[in-house]
Order: sequence, then C-alpha cells, then structure tokens
Amino acid sequence: MSLIDAFRVTLRAIFANRLRSVLTSLGVVIGVSSVIALVAVAQGTQQGVTDRIRGLGTGLIFVESSAAATTSQTGGPAGLVQSTLVASDAAAIAADAIPGVIAVAAHAAVDTQLVAGANNVGATVVSTSSEYGEVRDLDVRSGSFITPAHDEEGSMVAVLGARAAETLYPGADPVGQQVRLSFAGGRLTLAFVVVGVLEEQGGAGEADDQAFIPLTSIANRLRFLYTPAGDLRVTQIDVRAADGVDEDRVKEEISELLLFRHETTEPDFVIQSQDDLISAATEVSNTLSILLGSIAGISLLVGGIGVMNIMLVSVAERAREIGIRRAVGATSRDIVTQFVTEALTLSLFGGVVGIALGTGASLAVDGRAVGGQELAVLIQPWSIAAAFLVAAGVGLAAGSYPAYRAATIDPIAALRNE
Amino acid sequence: MIILRDVTRVYATGGMAVRALAGVNLEIDRGEFVAVMGRSGSGKSTLMNIIGLLDRPTTGEYLLAGRDVERFTEDVRSRLRGAAFGFVFQSYNLLPRMTALEQVELPLIYQRAQDRRRRAAEALVRVGMQHRIAHLPNELSGGEQQRVAIARSLAVNPLMLLADEPTGALDTATGGEIMRLFTELVEERGVAVVLVTHETEVATYARRTIRMRDGKIIEDSGKSGGPPARAPAGASGH
Repeated sequence: MSLIDAFRVTLRAIFANRLRSVLTSLGVVIGVSSVIALVAVAQGTQQGVTDRIRGLGTGLIFVESSAAATTSQTGGPAGLVQSTLVASDAAAIAADAIPGVIAVAAHAAVDTQLVAGANNVGATVVSTSSEYGEVRDLDVRSGSFITPAHDEEGSMVAVLGARAAETLYPGADPVGQQVRLSFAGGRLTLAFVVVGVLEEQGGAGEADDQAFIPLTSIANRLRFLYTPAGDLRVTQIDVRAADGVDEDRVKEEISELLLFRHETTEPDFVIQSQDDLISAATEVSNTLSILLGSIAGISLLVGGIGVMNIMLVSVAERAREIGIRRAVGATSRDIVTQFVTEALTLSLFGGVVGIALGTGASLAVDGRAVGGQELAVLIQPWSIAAAFLVAAGVGLAAGSYPAYRAATIDPIAALRNE
Repeated sequence: MIILRDVTRVYATGGMAVRALAGVNLEIDRGEFVAVMGRSGSGKSTLMNIIGLLDRPTTGEYLLAGRDVERFTEDVRSRLRGAAFGFVFQSYNLLPRMTALEQVELPLIYQRAQDRRRRAAEALVRVGMQHRIAHLPNELSGGEQQRVAIARSLAVNPLMLLADEPTGALDTATGGEIMRLFTELVEERGVAVVLVTHETEVATYARRTIRMRDGKIIEDSGKSGGPPARAPAGASGH
C-alpha cells in the first residue's frame, strides 16, 4: 500500500468518527498551543526587559550600593540609610577623568505619593542631580530639567515624567504649578514647584511614571541622608561611557576608585553594565521559558496518551476490517503503516490547529495589561518548529504500539467474529 | 496447481491440543470446482485457511504452483494471498462506508496495481453489479453484497476462489444465482473454486465433492467429477 493510499484510508477513518477525532486531537491542540503561547509570553517579557535596558541608551554603567541592592529594588528607606555609596563618589568618578566617562549622576529612589489639587499618583521619586538628564538621555518637553543652580541651592523643584504629569494635571501644563510629595506613608509632606515635564518615552520607559528632584533639596529636610562626614547618601550612581569604550575597563577603574575611597578591599557596591543586566535578565527569562515550556510539554504528553488510547480503541473496533484487509493481501507492514499514519495525522492536525491557536492567543494578549503589567509576546519560530516536531513525535509514539497490536491480530479470528 | 501432502494442523487451546487437520492429502488444479462438505468441526474452514495462506500447517507440505509456500516470508505470503486467492465469506465481509467500487479496488491497492479503477469496474460488470457501483453495503441486498464480494475476489485475477458458505445467508433463488456465477467463472476464466458448504443442493453445482470428518478427507469424488467415490485409504489416511 502506498502512503497516499494509507492517507486516504486515514482520512476516511477520521471523517467516519469526526467528533472522536476532534476530541482526540484536542489534547495535542491544547499542548501545542500552550507551548507556543507560554514561550511567546516568556520571550516577550525578556524582550521587554531587554528593550527597557537598551532604551536607556548605550554605554550605561550602574554602580549600586550593596546594601540597597540586597534590601530593596525601588527606594525603600532602609537601603538608603545603610548605603555606603555617597554623592561625592559620583563627583570623584567624574573628576578622576576615567577615559571614556562622559557623565555621572548619583541618585536615590524613594517611593512617594504625588499630590496636586485633587489628583494624586504613587510614583518613584528619583532624588538626583542635574547630570541625571544627560546620563539617562532624558528629553524635556516643557520647562527644563534640574539645573546645576538647583543642585547648588537645594531648590524645592520637581521634574515630572509624562504619564505622572498627565495624571496630576490632566490637559494642563504643570510648569510653575505646585506638587506635594508625601514621603513615608504621609508622615512627611513637602511642597515642590514643577519646573519641567519630560517627553513621553512610551513602551517600557520607566521615566514616564517617575518624578525627579534635586538630591540636595530633600537632604536639607531629611538630615539622616547625610553621613557623619557630611556627605550625601545615595543608592546608585549611573555612569555614561562614550560609544566604543571598553566598558569592562571602565568598570574596573570605577571599582578601584571606589574601593580606595571606601577604604576597603571587599566591595560594598555592585557594578553592572547594560550588557550584564541584559544577560542576567535573559538568563532569568530563559529559565522561565524552559519552565513554562515544560509545563506545556506535560499537557502535550497527556494529549499523546489520549491519541494512543483512542488508537487502541480504534484497533479493537476495527479488528474485522483488519482481518478483511489481511485476507485481500495486506501485509502486516501495510497494517502498521495504516495505523501509524492515522495517529500521525490526528497529532499533526492537532499540531497545526494548536500552532494557529497558540499564535492567535499570543497575538490576542499582546499589549494587554495583566496585573498592572503590560504583557508583551514574542513568537519564536523555533517554538513553532519544536511544537510541530514534538506533535509529530507524539503521533509516531502514540501510533506505534496500537499499530503493532493491529498488525498482530489473527485474521482468521477477526474474520470469524460476526 | 496446489498440492497438500500429509497436512496436519494442531491448535493448542488451554493446554489441550486440538487436531483440526489430521493428515490431509489433496490436489486441486486450475479450472476445478470443488465442494468441501462436512459437519462443523470437521476441519473444512481450517483447510480453506491453509490453502488461502491465512494459516500454516503444523506438519506436512503445501506446494503452490510447485513451490513450497513454507519457505516464503510472511510478507510474501500476504502478497501471494492477495494475488493468487480470492476469499468469499458467508457474511460477505465488506467494509462499511466504502462504495462497491472501492471494495473491489481494495485488493488492487495492496497489489500496488495500475489501472485500479478500471479493473475494479470490470470485475463489477462481470458479476452484473455495474448499476450499483457507487452504493454502500447497507444500500445493497444480501445477494448484491455477495456479488460485490465476488467481484472483489476476482479483481486480482486469482488462481483460486475460496468460498466459505457463500450462500449461507441467502435465499434459495439468490443462492442459485451466486452458484451459477461461480460455474460461469470456472468455465470462462479457468479459475478454480473451492466451496465449503453444508447444503447438498449447493454442492451439486460443483464437479468434485470432498467430504471431511474429524480433520480427514473421508470421500473424494475425484477430479473427473461423476459419482462420489471412496477416497483411497492411503491418500486420506483413513
């Protein structure tokens, strides 16, 4: 029997039991589509993180206080108080004339509530200096960023991210308006004058939801921010290196400088370039991809068991047909071919539908907000190819044993059964 | 064409050995029309299965066109079964959901034959079923279904048709038509027909009658036909 004939027989058998065939394929459909969708979400998340890191511009190096890094990611006061990183470290990095360093900005991020009239929004306030705009490559839409004069005087001024500004002052230009920053759950509220609004970054840009104030302004009110030596504590120092500079060398030199200044041999800070962050994020999301893919793979396995189950039922039901086919000249190999083709067709049908469904579902959730996080998906061609191959493998595996059973049916006994 | 020498077939069922065939000697040539008679359990069906390569002798020799079929691999036996023999069953054994034409094409598919559709259509014309070519088995009468089954067995131009109670489920008139069809095929095509039956009237269509009891041939009217004669003691082992 040729493969075309085997396929004809298969189609006949599948159409004869449409509902059963569809239900059988459903297991594979669910398995394949969940593999594709889950991998797409994991890969999309990775892409989002990578884009956000890249969106900061190239050549950024982050120096983070070890205390801040271990206690809190976004400006809890504990990390700030324990931080051994100070504003003069940033000045020293800038003054040390490390080749390739363009700009340096120290900052401390603090979670606050911004209040303007009846509107308020929770935002991360980045307490920093005028250099921050240059380091992070921020564009101002209206007004100006923090100026060196503001740094000098400790002015009570604020620059708002685009989305924060829109929430607080819908449809109005906030420059010149007053905004109140509520720290530590409302225990301390300070009034600031808005001097600038940033251009919307869009996408994964974190600056859209932030506000920026001079470090000196808040330090004058919160004396604990000063070290006993009179320096200002920060949680992080951002360094921008020029294009084409060997970032590893810059990291090395910054590290040596800070070790010297902190009079220690054990680093109390972590230095990471964008590439370091990207590879760390990639590692995390690859683990996530594998984990999600494996879970989905289990459902694919269950789907395969379903196919095998139905094939066994089908073989038992069609014993007489098998006997007739043997009597008219089918070899046992012909019978094996027939049933393997059938299992393979069911699985591949499930695979194709699953690919369509998984791709469709991925595209449907793309950009949707889930739990305050915007879902990003990235459909990887390899995940489609892998899902298809696995579906084919499932079909072969699920069809082999039933086909063997079919081939060993005694035609005499099968024909005698009326 | 076929020669069986001292063929036995022993089934082991539940620790008991059942001798379905107890030493059968038989020779059937092209163009013979043989009726095999005997009570159920006399070994008729086992004999048919062995001749048709569905079963293997436990001991003894089976020569098909001078060749010992025991030497063939299972695949070759399957192909040979499809090419040299056509089976006709009491219950027709047509596949549901297949048109008459597709039923007849089936053996040709396994022979990888060219021109399947035309050959299948010709076989259906031969059995007088050209007007039912696209019908499904459940749209056909019993006699029509058996004609389709005969067309299926004819499609490959077999050497021998093996018919197990082909008229058993049919009324007398329809059964007679089927038997006349077998007679025509023997005369026109020189195909051998071996027919298992209970009914004496059916057996009268055949030119040679073999009677079996307890796995042995007890009577064989011989190739020439004519009145049934006692089988030689040496030949039947009786």
